[in-house]
Amino acid sequence: MADAPVISCRNVWKLFGTDPEGYLPAAKAAQSFEEIRQAGYIAAVRDVSIDVGRGEMLVIMGLSGSGKSTLVRCMSRLIDITGGEVIVDGQKIMKLDERELIELRRRKMGMVFQSFGLLPHRTVLDNVAFPLEMRGQDRHERRERALEVIKLVGLEGREEYFPRELSGGQQQRVGIARSLAIEPDIWFLDEPFSALDPLIRREMQDEFLRLRGMLGKTIVFITHDFDEALRLADRIAIMKDGAVEQCDTPDKIVLSPATDYVAKFTEDVEKSRVVHAKVLAQPLNGHTPDGPAVAADATVLQLARQLVNDDRELLPVADNAGKIVGAMKRQDALDILLGPA
Amino acid sequence: MAILDSTSESDARRIARPSGVILLLCLALAAALLKPVLPAFLIRVPEWAVLPYDQWMQWLFDFIKDDLGLIHVTRTISAGLEWLLDITANLLYGKNRWPHIGPLPWSAVAAVAAVTGYALGGTRMALLAGGTFVWVALIGQWDLAMQTMSVITVAAPVAVLVGLILGLAAWKFPRFERALMPILAIFQTLPFFTYLLPAVIFFKVGPTAGCVATIVYAIPPMVLMTALGLKQVSDEVVEAGQMSGSTRWQMLRHVYLPSARTELLIGVNQVIMLSLAMVVLTAFIGMPGLGAKLLSLMNSLKLGRSFEIGVTIVLVAVTLDRCSKAWVVKQPQHFERGTPWWQRHRLLLIGIGAFVACLIAAQFIQLADHIKRGQDLSMGSEIDDVIRAILSNGVITSTTEWLRWFLITWVLIPFRNALLWLPSTSVILTVAAAGCFVGGWRSGMIAGAFFGIVALTGWWDRSIITVYAVISAVVLAALIGLPLGILAARRKRWADPILLACDTAQTFPSFIYLIPAIMLFGVNDVSVVFAIFIFATVPLMRYTIEGIRSVPDELLEAADMSGATRHQKLLAVQLPLALPTMAVGFNQAIMFAFFMVIIAAFIGTQDLGQELQKTLAGNQLGKNFVLGMCVALMALAFDHVIMRWSANRRKALGV
Repeated sequence: MADAPVISCRNVWKLFGTDPEGYLPAAKAAQSFEEIRQAGYIAAVRDVSIDVGRGEMLVIMGLSGSGKSTLVRCMSRLIDITGGEVIVDGQKIMKLDERELIELRRRKMGMVFQSFGLLPHRTVLDNVAFPLEMRGQDRHERRERALEVIKLVGLEGREEYFPRELSGGQQQRVGIARSLAIEPDIWFLDEPFSALDPLIRREMQDEFLRLRGMLGKTIVFITHDFDEALRLADRIAIMKDGAVEQCDTPDKIVLSPATDYVAKFTEDVEKSRVVHAKVLAQPLNGHTPDGPAVAADATVLQLARQLVNDDRELLPVADNAGKIVGAMKRQDALDILLGPA
Repeated sequence: MAILDSTSESDARRIARPSGVILLLCLALAAALLKPVLPAFLIRVPEWAVLPYDQWMQWLFDFIKDDLGLIHVTRTISAGLEWLLDITANLLYGKNRWPHIGPLPWSAVAAVAAVTGYALGGTRMALLAGGTFVWVALIGQWDLAMQTMSVITVAAPVAVLVGLILGLAAWKFPRFERALMPILAIFQTLPFFTYLLPAVIFFKVGPTAGCVATIVYAIPPMVLMTALGLKQVSDEVVEAGQMSGSTRWQMLRHVYLPSARTELLIGVNQVIMLSLAMVVLTAFIGMPGLGAKLLSLMNSLKLGRSFEIGVTIVLVAVTLDRCSKAWVVKQPQHFERGTPWWQRHRLLLIGIGAFVACLIAAQFIQLADHIKRGQDLSMGSEIDDVIRAILSNGVITSTTEWLRWFLITWVLIPFRNALLWLPSTSVILTVAAAGCFVGGWRSGMIAGAFFGIVALTGWWDRSIITVYAVISAVVLAALIGLPLGILAARRKRWADPILLACDTAQTFPSFIYLIPAIMLFGVNDVSVVFAIFIFATVPLMRYTIEGIRSVPDELLEAADMSGATRHQKLLAVQLPLALPTMAVGFNQAIMFAFFMVIIAAFIGTQDLGQELQKTLAGNQLGKNFVLGMCVALMALAFDHVIMRWSANRRKALGV
């Protein structure tokens, strides 16, 4: 992650109201969301600064009305921001003119929507080929590519169906296929699985993880489901009233919530499912504990049996390549597994 | 804090409103009671105060027409329209104009209609569409019907196109929309005579004027539906389009318009139906076709042939309505990959095949080409005899005679005289009170002002006679339509067929309703009221049924579980929740009534319609416009009050 971030938000503000630009200085001085609301404005995004690195998956988590959807729309400039700046691939996107913006979307961005946003009058094939058609690719080429992506999301054989003839899960597969058709560098997903039944949602999450592993894209993923966030994210940004409360890895959020609000979410979470050995590992200080190492990527829960049976005080932690990266105190891990004594 | 404020504020308004209403009502009552001592200018606007609005309007129209040169623009447009009309006229009934191909054999037209019907709605629609054209041919009205159709086939697409463009503009530019909406509201309440005369003056007499009047009359719903449809395209679909990198034109072409398909097609359906309604009425400016024939037959009391024409018009209306509605709900079908093209376009090929086959057949078989006089199956004179026989039956005659006597002597004439006796101020204050009651001072001012303007034009008495016919008929319609609607809504087995019947009846051109009225009551006030009454009962029943049926099941279950009887359930749950919807029906009934009362002019009424009809003969554009505005303003006053009330109720109920 030595590269410059792919998406960089600097003090981004988005106000809704009669004269947002005029009110912005006052909003910056305001103490709270409530104070701004009293003045007749809604601060959908409040002074947000976030970077998303290349190949990283950032999950933005928040309850409805927390501004998470607005924030992602600021990043893709579906909504014009009121203050601050958003830089995508080195370009300030508020400075782009209409043609450049269209070009950026045609080449680099894909987006998946909560209610799918499929065009009802087009077949699956035509829906998936839509972004290609918009950028003027010829019929044969775009058909080839569309068929390829449809196959990728597992909808082979349904190319000629209309959206209304598909189930919710299948429709969202179309949405995903469409967003991938142009091979975007940046992939926005706005609560892609919220409208689906729990079982289908789980299935789609697995499918999503598979695609993500294959494609290695920069991803901004929105959800109101904390478990989903923990399951999928490299980093989670938790939003409340338009502001980011905490932005960190799932392990750290669970281990040390920054605010009471974040703590409320983490309270009921089974921490052992989330926390990985590598997070608990401490520097070696030249001394390597004996015996077999545990995998850095393993969660505490996965190591549960070993933690209970092993009697060493310090366990070595090894990365994928087998190199010892640190040592984990067994007691720390047991505390997470069983709760503090 | 904010919540507290708003409640105390609305409390204050609630207290202020009744006192204002009572004040206005007291004033109105006082004006009525003190009429003998009231100064004359409060009873009627004195003559010197009636300014020559009609002459001013005439001057204005002349200025626009001649000095600004609008006439040249309209002449150009009429040349274009005439060219189109000549083509359809040539194809459909063989008018001797370019391209000199027609007339198409009736069998070919009927075959294409049947295949189109099948494509849109399966076998039933095929039978309806094909059957209608076969009936028209066999009954010997082919040329009449085709004269009417030739105008519709030009007017409807033009109206759709213009409506679409205006709707797009309204959607794109909110300021344009704000300016356009009041104009559309006036257009929708203007009596049809006010469409006809300008059309004649600006666009030549004959089919062109009829076509222009039809187009203008049919545009408003297309504008409204276009703007509505485009506005409610879901945000996500729009965003998906933007994220796919669509340009503005691509957004419109590939995202907005296809996504608004349903609303646009509903607009098309309404345009077609309004076109038919209007094109029949263009008989009054001498447009040949079904309407003109019906008008002349009714004038000469040939009831049998009128009846046949009526059936034809109804069949055409039902066909056009059902087919265009089937188009609204028709979804594209997918074909498996690898389906050959002839299978994908099977119906198109069949249609072309049937058309060509009929063309060839018509070369050899005269009957397939056209039905000659004497070959038709018209039984006009026989039906005439039957109708006369039935009507001369003692029971029926005595019933209608008695009804006529009773209504005229005891209801209509006293009511009319009472309304005419009232001082204008009293009526205006009452209307203002009603407005005030539903929407506060502002609504009161608007409603009162609308009637006030009518008084100032000096056409008060004529206007009051118009209102009298409208109110009598709508009250009668409410007395019969509402109970029937409530009864029907409570039995599912009845509700569906009655709803279907109402929907079908609503598609009939208003002209049709005069046929039974004249049959039963002859030519007088009662038949006017009767015609309006049938016409107005339909929406009343329809919306009553719909309102009661749309009460959520949960509420009914809650009422059941609270131990409500059917009666209690109706009074305490269903009716209160249905009232806003029923009010919409009531409003539509009044709007229909205003429309119908003007048409009834040719029976010989004494209202604004009669005066309007006279302006047609004299080319008095200014007077025509003033009279038209009187009708529109009164209708709008009713519309404003009722719709405001309905909206308030809806808000209060939170639905």
